[in-house]
Amino acid sequence: MKYIDEFRDREKAAVLVKEIEALVATMDVAKERPIHIMEVCGGHTHSIFRYGVEGMLPKEIELVHGPGCPVCVLPMGRVDDCVSIAERPEVIFTTFGDAMRVPGSKKSLMQARADGADIRMVYSPMDALAIARNHPDREVVFFGLGFETTMPSTALTVLEAEREGLTNFSVFCNHITIVPTLKAILDSPDLNLDGFLGPGHVSMVIGTAPYEFIARFYKKPMVVAGFEPLDVLQSIWMVLKQIKEGRADIENQYQRVVPDDGNAAALDAVARVYELREFFEWRGLGSIDHSGVKLREAYAGFDAERKFAIPNVKIADPKSCQCGEVLKGVIKPWQCKLFGKACTPETPLGALMVSSEGACAAYYQYGGLNSELEPA
Amino acid sequence: MNLIPFIRPRRLGKVNVPTVTLAHGGGGKAMKDLIDDVFVEAFDNAALAPLEDQARFDLAAIAAHGDRLAFTTDAFVVDPLIFPGGDIGKLAVCGTVNDLAVGGARPLYLSCAVIIEEGVTIELLRQIARSMASAAREAGVQIVTGDTKVVPKGACDKLFITTTGIGAIPEGRVLGAHLARPGDVVLVNGLLGDHGAAILGARGDMALDTAIESDCASLHGLIETLLAASPGARALRDPTRGGIATVLNEIAEASQAAIEIDETRTPIREDVKGFCEILGLDPLYLANEGKIVAVVPAEEADAALAAMQAHPLGRGAAAIGKVNVGEAGRVTMRTVFGGRRIVDMLVGEQLPRIC
Repeated sequence: MKYIDEFRDREKAAVLVKEIEALVATMDVAKERPIHIMEVCGGHTHSIFRYGVEGMLPKEIELVHGPGCPVCVLPMGRVDDCVSIAERPEVIFTTFGDAMRVPGSKKSLMQARADGADIRMVYSPMDALAIARNHPDREVVFFGLGFETTMPSTALTVLEAEREGLTNFSVFCNHITIVPTLKAILDSPDLNLDGFLGPGHVSMVIGTAPYEFIARFYKKPMVVAGFEPLDVLQSIWMVLKQIKEGRADIENQYQRVVPDDGNAAALDAVARVYELREFFEWRGLGSIDHSGVKLREAYAGFDAERKFAIPNVKIADPKSCQCGEVLKGVIKPWQCKLFGKACTPETPLGALMVSSEGACAAYYQYGGLNSELEPA
Repeated sequence: MNLIPFIRPRRLGKVNVPTVTLAHGGGGKAMKDLIDDVFVEAFDNAALAPLEDQARFDLAAIAAHGDRLAFTTDAFVVDPLIFPGGDIGKLAVCGTVNDLAVGGARPLYLSCAVIIEEGVTIELLRQIARSMASAAREAGVQIVTGDTKVVPKGACDKLFITTTGIGAIPEGRVLGAHLARPGDVVLVNGLLGDHGAAILGARGDMALDTAIESDCASLHGLIETLLAASPGARALRDPTRGGIATVLNEIAEASQAAIEIDETRTPIREDVKGFCEILGLDPLYLANEGKIVAVVPAEEADAALAAMQAHPLGRGAAAIGKVNVGEAGRVTMRTVFGGRRIVDMLVGEQLPRIC
């Protein structure tokens, strides 16, 4: 595949790995303890495991797999809300595929579909809109999920529904925003991170400026990174170089996609359609202020939360789950008591086992082949 | 092959309506007409013609093919019924023929049970039945018995087909997933993932136009060629649902050995790679319907590979990996990038990632 294979080149990777090894060898901090770098985005986690990047790095570098998998951080109570909407006889519930398996307190959407709910997988909110057009007698609800990456497409779909005057289309909005979440992680007392790989697709929308506080106030380096394995290696090298030189800057490795100012049209649609929620509940991390968005009053007619009575019950994460500690890099996935025992990809208890982008599921599926990383 | 001689000529019934109704499943004249006009007409063979409740075989004739009977069954529910490179009928024949062949058996006879949703057109049924007949002819097997049921609208999705197959395994031929040994070489006969990608593309809900065709084919000819070149072959499997990743895990588990494949040697069509890239799928888990995974001893690997490459269904054959000493049941892949990762069994169905 042209323009993709170039970023998966084995020889270039070997050169970069040598550079990283050489750099680490000159770093004093690496002699005392491992250097912890968090990749914020689940897309990076997937790429790291898919290509075996972790095993290619020197042992002094430990990657911490962050909260950037929107499916993983969805709390059980919200899944219950989805099921309750989907089980209404007049509703066609539309969702991205990987939300199907996320467990609720009673059932997942997959189970709800087996029990008779009309739940359909779509690849874009515009597909959901097409279903609404074709079924004027049914209520079509789109499960809006994801960070700033998917937020604009949901917003544009709402604007299109308004333009067409469709009254049987609504969005169950669970979009979340990355910056308050990063701040919550940086504020946590057991923080154990030396630097970040910043999310590529989120930054394509919001640009790099919103991360400045990380460098300025928390003195941590961040490199906005692309998703191909060479992007990841190069970005790790860039973070290490900042640490070595005692710098904390926001750098952009993914310049071929991410403009420093973001995408004005996308940001405009986001600003028109959404407003911040006071707080939003995250699986594994708890409630985080201003970390979610909802539809503005002007678009109330397209808001499934207003249209349908939703139980909106908060369900606590299972007590023994240590997802939060894994997310913050305090422990490794396999150090959790439930990993691979009570909690597996077939029967996930914790957030991080749910999607292939979740750190635990990725470990379970692709494994850390390094002997140090291997579960005991 | 000697079959019990056929008893008396029968006049075949005709269907005069355009669609199947519940009457065609009622056991009366309408059902007889449907079976005659669509299935008997297409399958046309001496064992089927008497329409007894069972086909009858001369045991000695079967025994001439081998010393063990192979017996297998498979249900086909593919949606859409007709897809690029095949249809449910061809699939139902090739799938069961292949399940016999990967055990080393020579496929001989198939049964065909169909469950039809009322409202399906007779023309569609004819097309599927003819496709089965042509696939059976090509594979050199006969469809000798069957059953037809019609269910109310909504009780099934258009058409389900179950085929059962009988074959004979030649003396001395022993293949099994548990027989792989460290040092053995893992071969495939060509490009992987075509069927799965073709079906996903043909469903149309991805809004992706692809030219990918199903690889659906009967493989016993290729397998005979392979076994002639590699009489010591350990294991053969057809990587259908769950793809090559699942089959490799089954072999590694059954043999209590480790298997490592090399991504750069694993043949996957550029279109399929691109299709998977866009949808967030892994081609190692995509279904194949015309592929085999063969584990052969190292000393026979070159001959086995050359024999496959000389066969029309094995031109793209490749050695993709090795059986190793190592963690029992573990399948790993040396990635194109130079790293290593575990290739595990698929959990649930493969769902596209959202971002």
